[in-house]
Amino acid sequence: MNAISETLDPLPAETPGRRARSLGDRLFGGISWLAAVVVLLVLGAIIVMLYVGARPAFEKFGFWHFLSTAEWNPVTEMFGALSPIVGTLVSSLIAIIIGVPVSFGIALFITEMAPPWFKRPVGTAIELLAAIPSIIYGMWGLFVFAPFFADHIQPRLTDTLGEWPMIGPLFQGPPLGISVFTAGLILAIMIIPFIASVMRDVFETVPAELRESAFGIGSTTWEVVWNVVLPLTKVGALGGVMLGLGRALGETMAVTFVIGNAHELHAALFEPGNSIASTIANEFTEADGEVYTASLIGLGLILFIITFIVLALAKLMLIRMSRREGRSA
Amino acid sequence: MNSAEAMTLSSNESTAARSGIALDVTRAIAGGSSETAPSVRDGVPALAVSERPKIEVKGLDFYYGRFHALHAIEMRIPEKRVTAFIGPSGCGKSTLLRTFNRIYGLYPGQRATGEILLDGRNILDRREDLNRLRARVGMVFQKPTPFPMSIYDNIAYGVRLYERLSRREMDERVEWALRKAALWDEVKDLLKQSGNALSGGQQQRLCIARAIAVKPEVLLLDEPASALDPISTLKIEELVAELKHSYTIAIVTHNMQQAARVSDYTAFMYLGRLVEFNETQTLFTTPGTKQTEDYITGRFG
Repeated sequence: MNAISETLDPLPAETPGRRARSLGDRLFGGISWLAAVVVLLVLGAIIVMLYVGARPAFEKFGFWHFLSTAEWNPVTEMFGALSPIVGTLVSSLIAIIIGVPVSFGIALFITEMAPPWFKRPVGTAIELLAAIPSIIYGMWGLFVFAPFFADHIQPRLTDTLGEWPMIGPLFQGPPLGISVFTAGLILAIMIIPFIASVMRDVFETVPAELRESAFGIGSTTWEVVWNVVLPLTKVGALGGVMLGLGRALGETMAVTFVIGNAHELHAALFEPGNSIASTIANEFTEADGEVYTASLIGLGLILFIITFIVLALAKLMLIRMSRREGRSA
Repeated sequence: MNSAEAMTLSSNESTAARSGIALDVTRAIAGGSSETAPSVRDGVPALAVSERPKIEVKGLDFYYGRFHALHAIEMRIPEKRVTAFIGPSGCGKSTLLRTFNRIYGLYPGQRATGEILLDGRNILDRREDLNRLRARVGMVFQKPTPFPMSIYDNIAYGVRLYERLSRREMDERVEWALRKAALWDEVKDLLKQSGNALSGGQQQRLCIARAIAVKPEVLLLDEPASALDPISTLKIEELVAELKHSYTIAIVTHNMQQAARVSDYTAFMYLGRLVEFNETQTLFTTPGTKQTEDYITGRFG
């Protein structure tokens, strides 16, 4: 023991550079802390400001009443958030129902089926789609897609699905092309790039040997993806879906263009409606009177809460999934 | 193989490079058969196999893009025997194995020309049904690759792809496969657990059980024991010896003692060519070429 310590030079306690280095270390640590704390402060400040701003509306109508009435009348100053809430949730749900399977198909094609020379163009195109500003989607939706949808697709859907029991009423409505359903479709197109590229990335993390053994036992491409690749990557894939859902819930510009901005509540998806974000964007400039403004801010707070709940549910789902995994398969 | 020979073989390898003498000793022990005719004539390995061939390889060339990885391979793999492929890294033995179930086809740019006849039918034919082929020719890889599902489902998965079995028949099949793979006693109470929860050796036996559960005719083992501890390796080797009564087995290994222990026939490959192919005992005791001799005595590789 002694012999060893004699042969080693003890580190000098104070060397010239040491002091400056430890100062830098502490400084950097402090800045990191500060950055983290600022994030929390900003988040808290936003919630507080939203709440303070919305208070006149909540006080006048009562929070639950505000949530559960659909009437929105600036003249009589009666405001209820139900219609935008439903519009937000429904259009996002449509986007997810359409966007997730398509994204899955795209990711599957890119990772498993596309010839190498085709992979890169498709992958790049998808990433470019994600980079298109939402206002362009909105304009395209209003001027190109909505008329086409009204003339060609909507009548056919009304004639077919509209006749079905149970879901029939969903597909009724005037053939305007401007509706909650159109908003959902545009949202689907907007979130597909996000979900597809996340899914592609996680699919590519599956080890080659595992794919080979799945193929090696005689599985088809579909069986390999469905039974081996997807179970292995479901957490990541779900993360991609949540990213897309988050985007769909908050999307403002594109939705405002095509959703119709009508404060009405219909069962029919082909009726114009509105969403929280589109209502705020549309009406903020003309909101006169304290209660009107407060109601719009209240909508913002509700959107914030909805997004938070969605994220929390996703986390919960992941926890439950990993727990089930630990227990059995 | 009797123990004397086994000892000879292992001493043959452990004394390695130093001993040109060791080889002579080996030959002497093997019965002075060093004068037997070399098994290579005119550069083409003679096929010492008189048994019924399960797989016949004729003029096989293989390319990774522009890289010519296998050159004019000619060989016959006998039915219900263990054939080992040895050779230094990069010699093409795994590549050759991967042509037998055409798994290389997953990767664009990899292609094979020539013929591989499985029971007389050319599996390199474009019209070959790959899923059927791979059900007939099972494969186990170097790393254990349990599927992300329960132990039971790992086995049942492949079976379900091709057969409709009742619940009871499936239970029986799973038990049969796990027993064959010498894993049943260790996992019979854990069938619902994830396959990933097993140890490496157990996972590899699970993969073998999974491969045999679909009742393939040929089993390809690509260095199945190289990532395992000695005990697990031993179990896998015993398993191979047991399985050869029902299956044609081709095994790639870096471990020459393993090749000597488990195989009936051995193919020595070097730089993408099949240098020598013979009965294992003959190849190890009286190698027909200088390259084979150098490799099995550990002079390179």
